[in-house]
Amino acid sequence: MQVKKSNNMATLNKTSRRDFLKITSLTSGGLLLGFSWFDADAKMPSVITEGMVGNVEFNSYLSIGTDGIVTIFSPNPELGQNIKTSFPMIVAEELDADWNNVKVEQAPLDTKRFDRQVTGGSGAIPHSWKRLRTAGATAKYLLVAAAAKRWNVDAAECTTSDSFVIHSKTGNKLGYGELAEEASKIEVPADVPFKNRQDFKLIGSSPKNVENKNIITGKGVFGLDFYREGMVFAMIQRPPAFGTKIKSSDLTVAKAMPGIIDVVTFKNNVAVVGKSTWEVMKAKKALKVEYEKDGDIESTSDHDQLFVSLLNSGEGATVRRKDGDVETAFKNATKIIKSEFQSPFIAHNPMEPMNFFADVRSDGVELIGPTQTPAAARTNTAKLLGIPEDKISVTITRLGGGFGRRLKFDYVLEAAELSSIIKKPVKLMWSREDDMTGGSYRPAVRYRFEAALDAQGNLIGYKLRGVGINAGNCTREDNFPSAAVDNLLIDSIEHVSPITTGAWRAPTTNFLAFAEQSFIDEVAMAGGKDPIQFRLELLQKARLNPVGAVKYNIDRMETVIKTVAEKSGWGTKKGVSQGFSVYFSHASYVAQVCEVVMNAGKPLVKKIHAVCDCGEVINKSGALQQVMGAITDGYGHAMFSKITFKDGVPEQNNFNKYRLIRINEIPAIEVHFIDNGIDPTGLGEPALPPTGGAVANAIFKATGIRLRKQPFVEELSKRS
Amino acid sequence: MATFTLHVNGKEYKSDVAADTPLLWVLRDHLGLLGTKYGCGISMCGACTVHQDGNPVRSCSLPVSAIKTSKITTIEGLSKDGDHPVQKAWDEVDVPQCGYCQAGQIMSAAALLKKNPKPTVEQIDNALYGNLCRCCSYHRIREAVQYASKKI
Repeated sequence: MQVKKSNNMATLNKTSRRDFLKITSLTSGGLLLGFSWFDADAKMPSVITEGMVGNVEFNSYLSIGTDGIVTIFSPNPELGQNIKTSFPMIVAEELDADWNNVKVEQAPLDTKRFDRQVTGGSGAIPHSWKRLRTAGATAKYLLVAAAAKRWNVDAAECTTSDSFVIHSKTGNKLGYGELAEEASKIEVPADVPFKNRQDFKLIGSSPKNVENKNIITGKGVFGLDFYREGMVFAMIQRPPAFGTKIKSSDLTVAKAMPGIIDVVTFKNNVAVVGKSTWEVMKAKKALKVEYEKDGDIESTSDHDQLFVSLLNSGEGATVRRKDGDVETAFKNATKIIKSEFQSPFIAHNPMEPMNFFADVRSDGVELIGPTQTPAAARTNTAKLLGIPEDKISVTITRLGGGFGRRLKFDYVLEAAELSSIIKKPVKLMWSREDDMTGGSYRPAVRYRFEAALDAQGNLIGYKLRGVGINAGNCTREDNFPSAAVDNLLIDSIEHVSPITTGAWRAPTTNFLAFAEQSFIDEVAMAGGKDPIQFRLELLQKARLNPVGAVKYNIDRMETVIKTVAEKSGWGTKKGVSQGFSVYFSHASYVAQVCEVVMNAGKPLVKKIHAVCDCGEVINKSGALQQVMGAITDGYGHAMFSKITFKDGVPEQNNFNKYRLIRINEIPAIEVHFIDNGIDPTGLGEPALPPTGGAVANAIFKATGIRLRKQPFVEELSKRS
Repeated sequence: MATFTLHVNGKEYKSDVAADTPLLWVLRDHLGLLGTKYGCGISMCGACTVHQDGNPVRSCSLPVSAIKTSKITTIEGLSKDGDHPVQKAWDEVDVPQCGYCQAGQIMSAAALLKKNPKPTVEQIDNALYGNLCRCCSYHRIREAVQYASKKI
């Protein structure tokens, strides 16, 4: 994920200025430090005074009230990645603030101030790390200077701890709240030093999720929990099959049902509007709508055939990377290994289904709900309704999961369009069935890998062709083992389908890694080599004699591989079959060893060891949650989950047909982080991709069955 | 439509709804108790779990007419200030990720521990098998139940 450079935010518009005055009055008497949240070249923070408002060059703020409360203003939506806890930790660390007095406020959408108000791509912490440290360190500098001035001592004689400035010689002590106003009158330095990581107290520790109390007491913090006097409830019936449109409809029965206010049709949506959720749900079932063909009507059996024919024909293939001469390498090979792997469509299934509140009025539009991309939602609402963006406000609630589904804003547009038609504030909700059958799936793909080995078992040629359904480039052509093979060809083919797809946690790599890491295992074994040793040899080749560009960090990858081998006791355990996998995604490196035992003739996944290099770990508790959750998520989906189609209709529409992993099915997971002090890299996604491969490789070792298709449970029941 | 008298969290409520309205939607749309969540509507995910006379039930599939004089407890009524041993354990073990399913998980766990204060891992899994967590916080859910079990 790339960060665009911030535009020059020299002035705030009128609305923002008003907001800002509110902020300053909230903290009047305290210190208000403006800073730039994403801009790599941002200037130092500056103290904000009312006189400066209207000519400020920052997009966020840190305030310290006279009561000592430290507040930071966070732009990113929270969906369980724990940034609401991790962001203030970074500030508090540099500030030496008492953690109990630090708060974070969720900022509303404000494209004038925030450059990347998105949750996705495991990018929030990496992109905020330096900005937040600078803000905290600058505030600390000002507070220390204020104290030194008051005591008439050298600032160098003062230390800070738990929201106090301390003069050790005299034992004098002043709280940040007492110093905040004086600090606001001191000139901001051109540069401030950061703490040495050896001195970190908060970073790397495990403060609890700041929202725990709200969550465990059932506070209504999610989008679906938004209720407002006078709002109406709505649900939409969409075409049941991809590739169909409305032919005719009879809405009379539904319209006459109790509590129903209206039934309206727009695009291919039939929206039922009523006074309560249950009345709307019932009336939706009474709709009589006929649909007709409007595009290709596809079934999973069609896709299975298509995959094979496109892999063979290569029709429409786009070359993604080409090194050396693969044809000659394969001609000269002593041994050729060829394997195919396939992954099905899967749904995101966040526990909170899609929903949004919209109130389209003549004087403006109010949008409230769970979204990973508030800015795109607003831009597209503006386009759809022909209303200027500055008349549209977006309030971001907590998200009951996202997994990439809420990067799309289709449900926001539906709510806005419906509100504009019925001229009422409306909360649009998708049922679980709507959510699971509504598309935006992880695309289905099939890969063909080919490897050419010489007589010593060295990899001299490598080919990968991927065919995906609405999958774009379904390869990661520059990832390992590229640069470690003299002759390499990677291409991809996309089949365009009416079945909609979208980013699903660790897009592309969540299925590619399983296929690739399974294949590399096969190649290692075909060459008579230990799978870990084989990968280390390839990395050494990429280091000493790289072929083309090396787009991954060899040292970091090597370290996680060696560490997981050591932590898992690779190759030393009796009665346990181990499988290895390693993957690089979102700038982080994760290696895993899965352990399988045989239980009544069946393979049982007992444990997964994981070693992660995500650079500096901010919140250890949250980081462990991300890694253990991602591994369990990757394991569960590889084992159990699929969406299949019959004549364009998804065959799974709720959790009775779509199998998600449950508590009794989880393997033990042991996680280690590499402590290398590198600036933080991604963590929400990178632990997921390696899991499928580690599990498949361990199952192969235990059973001799090479899993080539997800979900694994189906393969295992067919082949064992 | 009919008027139903409900006993929820020690209070008496009257609600004028259709007899087949699931308790979940009475709680959310009519009583303003938002801690109980919708997840699937077919008793497959457990997000809507509440207690009926102390037993865990899926409120998405329980018609209001079937409740009669039974006593309903929701997450809001589990304790006065979030200090039920299970709630405290959930904080102590730092269980929530997105948090959407956790009220249901807590209600299932609290019902289990009331009947069986010292459950085995297998008994914990059996009691919480019906509660999905899409963030997969299952390891900590299990750990938190064990933690609460020690405190009860």
